[in-house]
Amino acid sequence: MNAAFPLLFEKGRPGRKGFSLPPCDVPLKPLEELLPRECLRKSHLDLPQLSEPDVVRHYTALSRRNYGVDSGFYPLGSCTMKYNPKINEDVAALAGFASIHPLQGDPTYQGALELLYKMEQCLKEITGMERYSFQTVAGAHGELTGLLMILAYHRSRGEERNRVLIPDSAHGTNPATVAMTGCEVLQLPSNDRGLVDTETLKAHLDEKTAALMLTNPNTLGLFEKDILEISRLVHEAGGLLYYDGANLNAIMGHCRPGDMGFDVVHLNLHKTFSTPHGSGGPGSGPLGGTTQLEPYLPYPVVAKDEDRYSLDYQRPRSIGKVHSFFGNFGVVVKAYTYIRIMGARGLKQASDDAVLNANYLLNRLKDLYHLPYKGPCKHEFVLSARLQKKRGAGAGDIAKALLDYGIHPPTVYFPLIVEEALMVEPTETESKETLDHFIAALKEIAAAIEADPGKITGAPFSTPARRLDEVLAARKPVVRWKKEQ
Amino acid sequence: MSGQHYLPLTDPVRQEMLASVGAASIEDLFLDIPSSIQLTRELDLPPYLSEPEALAHLRHLAAKNVNLEDYTCFLGAGAYDHYIPSAVRHLTHRSEFYTAYTPYQAEISQGILQAIFEYQTLICQLTGMDVANASLYDGASALAEGAVMACGATGKKNVLVSRGINPQYRQVLKSYLEVRGLELSEVPLAAGGQTDLDEALSRIEQDPETAALLLQTPNFLGIIEKPGHLADTLQQHGTLLVVSVDPLSLPLLKTPGEYGADIATGEGQALGNPLSMGGPYLGFLAARENLLRRLPGRIVGETRDASGRRGYVLTLQAREQHIRRERATSNICSNQALNALTAAVYMALMGPEGMKTVAEQCLQKAAYAREQICALPGYELIFPGVHFKEFAVSVPGNPEQLNEFLLQHGIIGPLDLEQTYPDLPRSALFCVTEKRSKTEIDTLARLLEGWK
Ligand SMILES: Cc1ncc(COP(=O)(O)O)c(C=O)c1O
Repeated sequence: MNAAFPLLFEKGRPGRKGFSLPPCDVPLKPLEELLPRECLRKSHLDLPQLSEPDVVRHYTALSRRNYGVDSGFYPLGSCTMKYNPKINEDVAALAGFASIHPLQGDPTYQGALELLYKMEQCLKEITGMERYSFQTVAGAHGELTGLLMILAYHRSRGEERNRVLIPDSAHGTNPATVAMTGCEVLQLPSNDRGLVDTETLKAHLDEKTAALMLTNPNTLGLFEKDILEISRLVHEAGGLLYYDGANLNAIMGHCRPGDMGFDVVHLNLHKTFSTPHGSGGPGSGPLGGTTQLEPYLPYPVVAKDEDRYSLDYQRPRSIGKVHSFFGNFGVVVKAYTYIRIMGARGLKQASDDAVLNANYLLNRLKDLYHLPYKGPCKHEFVLSARLQKKRGAGAGDIAKALLDYGIHPPTVYFPLIVEEALMVEPTETESKETLDHFIAALKEIAAAIEADPGKITGAPFSTPARRLDEVLAARKPVVRWKKEQ
Repeated sequence: MSGQHYLPLTDPVRQEMLASVGAASIEDLFLDIPSSIQLTRELDLPPYLSEPEALAHLRHLAAKNVNLEDYTCFLGAGAYDHYIPSAVRHLTHRSEFYTAYTPYQAEISQGILQAIFEYQTLICQLTGMDVANASLYDGASALAEGAVMACGATGKKNVLVSRGINPQYRQVLKSYLEVRGLELSEVPLAAGGQTDLDEALSRIEQDPETAALLLQTPNFLGIIEKPGHLADTLQQHGTLLVVSVDPLSLPLLKTPGEYGADIATGEGQALGNPLSMGGPYLGFLAARENLLRRLPGRIVGETRDASGRRGYVLTLQAREQHIRRERATSNICSNQALNALTAAVYMALMGPEGMKTVAEQCLQKAAYAREQICALPGYELIFPGVHFKEFAVSVPGNPEQLNEFLLQHGIIGPLDLEQTYPDLPRSALFCVTEKRSKTEIDTLARLLEGWK
């Protein structure tokens, strides 16, 4: 049963080695002299023993059982799975970036600091913020740190505000973040157009309101067109506006969170700025603030004095640190490379094409699947498979059926306010032929569900593994391999 | 046009698609943006670069940095210069891995799911713990998440933190814990450089609200902690032992599992990840079985597919933000999966013998360097405790100036300790890994001797 894809542990053989190191060239001391017995490991270190070719074959085989953007279309809504330029990888691997120690000192990495500084200038311009920190390494990390800044700001004004408003369409990290700060989550029901309702908002704002967290365009792919009114209301109530930058790919060069009235912004370099998602990470989630809020950013920030760059730790109002060193520098290098290659016009064209691709798909799919919120959309849109579900195959089944077409499915069952949600984000790096292939696949699947939903509920058929039993995995969790007794 | 090589749409196709959606121009699709905030100018960014120009620009920036391929490094303090086998980058740069995202669609993600399952197992084997998650942002946030877990598991609010924990980690702990009303207090170091565990125990006896004791071993000053039977005593008080460990020390040193830690965390960078000025790295977090459902972040579990074959899926997702929202165990979503894959590939290549060789060479070479340096006039070992690969030395002058001097001779010198431990003036933390040769150590010692 395990023969086809054995684990590393099942492949190991005593005596095999996959490493090559020189012998120790200093005079050796007896181990007992250096480490008293009570400090020594007693149990046998039971790692697998493999040769280098064994390891290379193992991971090559695994990679062939995986699917990335380089494999094909990946319209995973909210994740911006755009193409990851190859030059990014080459640049980040240069010794002058990959082999520098974070504590070796400002004078020894002026080039790295200059890159961070230049990147900060770009992000400030793109978003209309005053200053950035690169310490936060993902969207959720930015959210947490941004809320810490907002709470510190209120406290500095002698106010205890501990309620954070989020729309019911928000990503799960938003409420989870609020909980991590000990604040109370107040969920705002969206209106019938999928937007924040200004009357509802008004009714929930008071002296307890610390902030409203918003994604704009929101997770339905719709621009919050009342954003200026929303911003006025929140600020008048003494609250602040937090921008979840997951969807910035829709609006580059068109409008900026700073101009919308946001006070703190995180970006996802692993979405908008083309850095690869690494099968789940690493990302980078730079955090920006307005003039009022930037003093609270984590320290250090990058400073420039004439031609010298330095790390500035003298930030008395800073919320402190949320990560060792300066965040995911290697990821920032890739995103900076991308911005330099795209330039202002290229970034705007990227947003234009992302929005055009999404609207093209929306228009061609809205008669096949229910569209709960009308377009035009921005860079993504959400369909509902509720009609298909009634016939016996829901969003999850449709996703599995798409796998047989060699397509990575859209995000499913999110946002929560859409029943049987299919959240489609094509990005700008896809051709019309690819979109047409996707449309054709969804059309066939819709027809198949009409005819015989049973065909779809059994999918996928042609993938490296057939449908996997998640219930079984959760009921009796096996989360590591163990030697059979 | 800039960046056109990443954009497959051509102008005629764009026109055709606009017509198909009923828009006269692309602007029609942006009419929902209030006109007062529509940008009427181009973004003011530096001019775009072609690929060769971009490469030249970035090479130019990279060339301004002193790098460890050209310089000899005796600096550690949380980021370590270990050898990375060639195969590591080749395998982690298979684009099916690095261009994928979180494996929500298990049927086409068996590769990374199996690799993470193996990673979880390798971390358990290394630490002697029962279960591990799929990675956290870094060593600092892993310790913070571990502390939060301990508070959740015990229902208590106070956390004791050793002063031997990396100062940056303690700052991150403060950011993560204080905002939710959890209290941190510091346990001092004893004269040997190890945490004053008697003091820690008496505090725990006085304060039944102590959720956890946090230790780092080897600690920031290079000293190996000796928890002995501490965990048993803590258990009697309902206090958990949470540790931060150097994964490359564990082939030799007593494991968290062996001394009874409840949660073991650490920085996984040393396992095959380049230094990259501090990131991307990975935090690992392992725990006893009974804490499985309190783990933050992704976990991969074994299951079966529809044909009965073994396979892997993300599991126990009811802990996570996308299901549980404000009741999730953490907000973490994107993590450091590719760095975890890197760590797994590294461990697979090194195997038990390679891992032990690295640990032993660190131990022996650091011991040799310690002896050479501390035999020099004006240089003195600060703590007599048991060391692994780092050691603190008082130096006959300003460490910052010492480092400038060493840099002129091609050496990245030790950490200036005074900055974070003001009670240790004129002192420096040296790190010696398996990559350092006897010649390099002798050169360092000679330079130190000649330094005025
Ligand atoms: C709308 C939204 N917000 C926040 C996040 C969290 O970002 P990250 O995974 O980088 O932490 C995501 C990620 O998918 C998202 O789509």
